[in-house]
Amino acid sequence: VKSLLREAVNRVHAFFHKNQFDQELNDEIRAHLAMAIEENVQRGLSAEEARRQALVRFGGVQQAVEQHREDRGLPWLDVLGQDLRFTFRTLSRDRGFTIVAVLILALGIGANIAVFSVVNTILLRSLPFHNSEELVRIVEKDPKAGESSKTYTADATQDFQQQNRSFQSVSGYFAFTAPDNFKLVRNGQPIPVTGILVAEGFFQTLGVEPSVGRLFRPEEFVQHAQPVALLSYPFWKRRFGSDRNIIGKTINLSNTPVTITGVLPEIFDFGSVFSPGAKIDLFTPYIMDDFRDDGNDLALVARLKRGVSLQQAQNETDQLFPQLLAVHKHPEYGKPYTGQLTRLKEYVSGKLHRSLIVLWCAVGLILLIVCVNLSNLLLARTMARGKEFAMRRALGAGRGRLVRQILTESLILATAGAVLGLGLAYLILLYLAHQESIALPLLAMVRVDGAALGWTLLITLAAALLFGSAAGIRMSNNKLQEILKDSGPGASGSKKHDRMRATLVITEVALASVLLVGAGLLLRSFLRVLDVDLGFEPSRAAAISVDYDDGGNVAKRAAIWQEIVERGSMIPGVEAAGISDNLPMSRNRSWGIAAKGEEKSGPLNFVPIFVYIVSPGYLKAMGMRLVEGRDVSWTDILNDRSVVILNETVARTLWPGQDAIGRLAIAGGQEATVIGVIDDVRESGAEDNAGAQMYLPATKMFRPEGANLVLRTKLPPASLAGSVMRTLRQLNPGQPATEFKPIQGLVDRSTSPRRFFVLLVGTFACLGLALASLGIFGVISYSVVQQRQEIGIRIALGATQARVQLDVIGKTLRLVLVGVAIGTVAALGVARLIASLLFQTAPSDPLTFAGMIVLLGIVALLAGYLPARRASKIEPMVALRTN
Amino acid sequence: MPDSKLGLLQGTLDVMVLRILDVMGPLHGYGIARRIEQESGDQVLLNQGTIYASLVRLQQRGWITAEWGTSENNRKAKFYSITKAGHKQLARDTAYWQRLADIVGRVLAMQGEGGEQ
Repeated sequence: VKSLLREAVNRVHAFFHKNQFDQELNDEIRAHLAMAIEENVQRGLSAEEARRQALVRFGGVQQAVEQHREDRGLPWLDVLGQDLRFTFRTLSRDRGFTIVAVLILALGIGANIAVFSVVNTILLRSLPFHNSEELVRIVEKDPKAGESSKTYTADATQDFQQQNRSFQSVSGYFAFTAPDNFKLVRNGQPIPVTGILVAEGFFQTLGVEPSVGRLFRPEEFVQHAQPVALLSYPFWKRRFGSDRNIIGKTINLSNTPVTITGVLPEIFDFGSVFSPGAKIDLFTPYIMDDFRDDGNDLALVARLKRGVSLQQAQNETDQLFPQLLAVHKHPEYGKPYTGQLTRLKEYVSGKLHRSLIVLWCAVGLILLIVCVNLSNLLLARTMARGKEFAMRRALGAGRGRLVRQILTESLILATAGAVLGLGLAYLILLYLAHQESIALPLLAMVRVDGAALGWTLLITLAAALLFGSAAGIRMSNNKLQEILKDSGPGASGSKKHDRMRATLVITEVALASVLLVGAGLLLRSFLRVLDVDLGFEPSRAAAISVDYDDGGNVAKRAAIWQEIVERGSMIPGVEAAGISDNLPMSRNRSWGIAAKGEEKSGPLNFVPIFVYIVSPGYLKAMGMRLVEGRDVSWTDILNDRSVVILNETVARTLWPGQDAIGRLAIAGGQEATVIGVIDDVRESGAEDNAGAQMYLPATKMFRPEGANLVLRTKLPPASLAGSVMRTLRQLNPGQPATEFKPIQGLVDRSTSPRRFFVLLVGTFACLGLALASLGIFGVISYSVVQQRQEIGIRIALGATQARVQLDVIGKTLRLVLVGVAIGTVAALGVARLIASLLFQTAPSDPLTFAGMIVLLGIVALLAGYLPARRASKIEPMVALRTN
Repeated sequence: MPDSKLGLLQGTLDVMVLRILDVMGPLHGYGIARRIEQESGDQVLLNQGTIYASLVRLQQRGWITAEWGTSENNRKAKFYSITKAGHKQLARDTAYWQRLADIVGRVLAMQGEGGEQ
């Protein structure tokens, strides 16, 4: 063993010191021959004969040197080096082919790396928390009422924290934070910032350690404690220039002095896990006693004890939750709780599972098409080089050596493609990671990492083997003489070649049609989603979060609201203005509603309903449609009238078959008269059902949570941003520089995952189509070149140009038709698999399939037309003379 | 087949080189080659050049070492000498070859008897 090891080391050494070894060997051989000649001369031979005999006895200097090299170094590496050098030479000679091949591969491999990284980040990799598989999220079993049924009250949370035996810790965060809910005043300038209230032990539960300073202490979670805050890393970097001295200092946060206790680590991105796309700037303590009387507002995250299974914990949860009281002081409030445990990872990305797998498959198809295409190109090249290979075989190169040569070539191409592809993927991911408009969890954390590099290596090798082997097998099966003889058309070798290439093109077309159908179905679904009647008009409406200080006085608030709305509607270009605390498709909260008289039979008769506290004009500004009745009025607000506007669905639920106007409802514990009914509004997203909604005037019974001024404009909203901010600053100099956001943005955000997938799959389909057309074009051109003489003869015999063109195009269409037929069958199967991702679109949507066939037909015509034209322009005399 | 013949020769050559260095002390390539030819009464068809592949092999396994020196005729040459590990290897090889020769001899002898009956 020792000697083997030593030999290996010595071989490597010798490999790297070739010249020195060769030099010494030369000296040795020279000395050897000199001694031999000397001895021969002494034996009485003539100088010439002595030399001849010495050389004969030595037996070939070159062979000795070769054998020496083989026995001391790494011969296989030498051969590899030779292959590489040779390949680089041939590839640089054939620059056009090399560039096309590398570019195609770079696209295919790059797309695969990018998609793999996304899949890995969102689906495969565990969350960036310590022992993240122990983390679970707790929500209601049937979360019908939006965020409100995914959250719990302070009292219920505390009870569960004390009673459970399954968890190391249970904590949560305040789930109803609107963006820009705080304003930070520095150097006199108010800046909007977004802060999340977190319950005691939240960061400890997740296992997050601060990068600077400390986490909150228990005494900071009691009422009237010194206010404190933790900064997120990006916020610290952006606003405070990563200044470590900020710890312990006080900042002015919404007119309160707040002490900064620490900075969270860079890898902790609250938004990307819990609220995709949101940028969170800081965290403050959620003080339970401040929220005792409020509804559900804590989103619970818990860490399982070691050795406790999810099922065990679920059993305990099922026992405890129904007994939890929403509010200790009011045991009569609310329905009994339920609690569904879901692993945090599953909760965050589980819904995306299928979409991501589909995406992964689509991009895999692209790589397959790329390989088939490359196979085709290489095959053409091998064919063109057939004689070269045959010659080398004839000169003694082994079959294995030649196959190795071809595989080396494909490996080099694949590697070059992979390097370029990595660059491409890096750019794509850089772009994706900064797309806050795409509401996909964890996307902000996506980057090319070790796993992605491993994946790159794997697909590169697989691709190289796949596309290299066709040419390799083909080449090694060649019969020497046939190739050397085969110079004209009609030889059996080229017929076989044609068939192989045709098969590859058919495969390519079939794969492309599957991709096209998939992309088409998803696109149709997306268009259907865009077509959905949302119940409001997002275009030309925009909202801005408004800051005001009413000192807790309801009358003062009403006056401020009225002034804001009136001044807002006077801004030139504004058609309507109104205020609401919540906007559709963003933050929501829900209460319960019942027809008066029904509420007595218990809390179960209350329907969960989304709550919007509004000013007059809001419905109009949003473009919501009153079916009957009237909007709320300032008189309602100033006189504290208890009135409510419902959407059609809930009106019909509470009073089936009757007119709801004028009836009494118990809404949020208050008796309210129904004054209006509006068309259903898609509250959670275009693809979800409307659910129940109510709109209440901002009176003393109904407290708004913040205020969004919504304006409907004749002009593009962006052009009004300046004048809107100026107006708000006139009313309140402390108005922070919040953004004037188009309502369309909210809708786009809710459809962004679908758009993301459609865009990617669509891009892949286009890529597949382009590659397939390239493949068709290549094969047909090649066959035209091969049949030059035949075509020449036919033209000489009187075939018209049109006739020749038709023949070539006909051949193209036949190829494509076979591919499309196979592809259609495969696509029918695939479509059924993605049926759950479709929206109001049948998996066998005839329009999509017809579109795919027409599209591929057109592409085939185009790809076949150029070679057909070339064929018809063949000069018979030239074609027959040259070969 | 040239391959199998070479394999056998290789092994044989290596053990002969070791033995010669063991008996004769430090020697250069030409000297070793001549020695083998003389010892075998010129019955071995040896391409002297192949000795160098054998020498580099043995050297890389650490069984012999090499040093540049001056020959009896005042010529610069590389002198090889056997190492401790080389002695051990030679002992192993010797035992192996003797056993092999023994067995082959016996088997061949047995076949001879069978043929007569």
